[in-house]
Amino acid sequence: MTLTEKIMARAAGKKSVQPGDNVWVNVDILMTHDVCGPGTIGVFKREFGKDAKVWDREKIVIIPDHYIFTVDSKSNRNVDILRDFVKEQGLKYFYDVIDDPNGHWTFDASKGQLKRQYGNSFAGVCHTALPAKGHTRPGEVLLATDSHTCTAGAFGEFATGIGNTDAGFVFGTGKLLLKVPETMRFWFEGSLQKGVMAKDVILHCIGDVGSDGATYRAMQFQGPGAKALQMDDRMTIANMAIEAGGKNGIFEPDDKTFAYVDARIKANGTKAKYDALFCDSNDKQTFVYDKKFDLSKLEPTVACHPNPGNRKLAKELGSVQLDRAYIGSCTGGKTSDFLAFAQVIKGRKVKIDTFGVPATPDVVHDLQTAKMNGKTVWQVLEEAGVQMTENASCAACLGGPNDTFGRLNKPMKCISATNRNFPGRMGHLESQVFLASPYTVAASAITGHITDPREVLG
Amino acid sequence: MSKVIHGKAYVVRDNIDTDQIIPAQYLTLVPTIPEEYEKLGGYALCGLPKDQYPTRYIPEGQTKGPYTIVIAGRNFGCGSSREHAPIALGAAGCEAVVAESFARIFFRNSVATGELYPVESTTRICETIRTGDEIELDLDANTLKILKSSKVFATKSLGDARPVIDAGGLFDFARQSGMIQAQGNHSKATGELAAKEPADD
Ligand code: SF4
Repeated sequence: MTLTEKIMARAAGKKSVQPGDNVWVNVDILMTHDVCGPGTIGVFKREFGKDAKVWDREKIVIIPDHYIFTVDSKSNRNVDILRDFVKEQGLKYFYDVIDDPNGHWTFDASKGQLKRQYGNSFAGVCHTALPAKGHTRPGEVLLATDSHTCTAGAFGEFATGIGNTDAGFVFGTGKLLLKVPETMRFWFEGSLQKGVMAKDVILHCIGDVGSDGATYRAMQFQGPGAKALQMDDRMTIANMAIEAGGKNGIFEPDDKTFAYVDARIKANGTKAKYDALFCDSNDKQTFVYDKKFDLSKLEPTVACHPNPGNRKLAKELGSVQLDRAYIGSCTGGKTSDFLAFAQVIKGRKVKIDTFGVPATPDVVHDLQTAKMNGKTVWQVLEEAGVQMTENASCAACLGGPNDTFGRLNKPMKCISATNRNFPGRMGHLESQVFLASPYTVAASAITGHITDPREVLG
Repeated sequence: MSKVIHGKAYVVRDNIDTDQIIPAQYLTLVPTIPEEYEKLGGYALCGLPKDQYPTRYIPEGQTKGPYTIVIAGRNFGCGSSREHAPIALGAAGCEAVVAESFARIFFRNSVATGELYPVESTTRICETIRTGDEIELDLDANTLKILKSSKVFATKSLGDARPVIDAGGLFDFARQSGMIQAQGNHSKATGELAAKEPADD
């Protein structure tokens, strides 16, 4: 069996499963956020009754992160709906925007977008927060009401996005019927060359199979090149499995995985026990697609408007003039992403409006303490003209309400370290979004046109 | 149960993602609140690029449109997991989407909510059918007919997903088949009935 099949079989209490089987799996963690949480709660109450209790109050994780720093009253209300439900059910893991369990969240626009407006429990973007807060474990099943849930495949677990109705069902039963996907294998060899990042790897793979090339399927990333990648890089790659249509992306867990996961479990006091599963030998796995990728041959890559499979090389796109650059999101808003970005930006000035949105408050903290040439990374970025906000959230990655930080409110061309670029994704319907690595976004911010970062990296 | 859906077609092309079906700024609306459900209908497909789709799916200022069936190319519903997408279409009066292929989560959400029938075509029909054409989708015969020309196209069977949508969605189906208890009790899935269960993708 492939790694996905092994995890699903165990979660279903079966010795083996095959692609196409529909099996009831036991869910280890169910996560929801402010956009889909209120609807999920609505489904749960409608279907199980007003006084129903969730199946397990320690297995539900609620992370408001999408529409937080906005004056939109419905968005603020939605965070309150989550808080009320958490209180009523006694849920253990809720990363509220404010610290008062009886309070109401309102964003104060008069204080501006840049300065921190959240309390100590806030965790930022869900897919970055889940591992950081100790909720990802090898061998487990993680379901969440968000398509980028596949990110957690980086930790050797089965993780996929579901809708409100399915999530409402899981709230009540702890189970869901899932079809076992066929597996595609992406075998990585060689190491990344200077100026090339994990983001380029996944943009390359999506370009190879197309933006629907992995529909209904698992994407298994394996090989020495995969083992050599750091955990943040594996997260970036697994995060975008959905952009090829994939049901999940998955890496085999190894010592790096265990060290990363264990440290965060310990720091947060979450469930420590897990039972990792590993890949079988080649002759025992069946793939519908199996291809080798030499990572040392990859170059800075861009997914052009209007879909993540529209692949070009950065060096071919020098004629594309830009209006804006954006770094942030669960794909490109981690500390390592900002450090790479700063490495290009430092000592220079951006030529176009450039917005930086850290994925989590921890990333804000890292950037405000890590030093580069005697200054904090945050200072380095601000001095270069990057508009940095402390309000970690999804922000303009998905457009959001009109007052969202960095939102494209008119037709413009934006280069972005995010993950999705269908028409209107970052705001205005006629804007165009080009997806690229933090290096490429930085190099392009400096020149004002799409730029291969190898031209500016010293 | 015999089922024929008849009405006007609205035609779109490939890769219509969930942001085009229901743009992100409207996700503040909660589908289980009835007034907000109705409002979602009014925004269905309002994220389509205007230059390619000059005819709006929902006329300005209304919450329901004249089109019962959406015809699409490849990868309809790709992008986010938002259930608001099939719900907005269902709220707008859409009963079926016939596409060359669907993104996984959209398909699954359509079945789980019972909002609409996501039917796959066997050929690329979005080049032949025009917005406004009167068409008829027969879910038993697995055919789609253009009434004016009497042209008939084959569609794929919905298989395991059909009885779930017929029942009104995952919960109604689960209750009908005895997999969870009636509303009001704290229900538990029995698991025994897994074999009869709705297909995921
Ligand atoms: S950062 Fe973007 S892709 Fe990630 S969860 Fe938020 S909206 Fe989705």
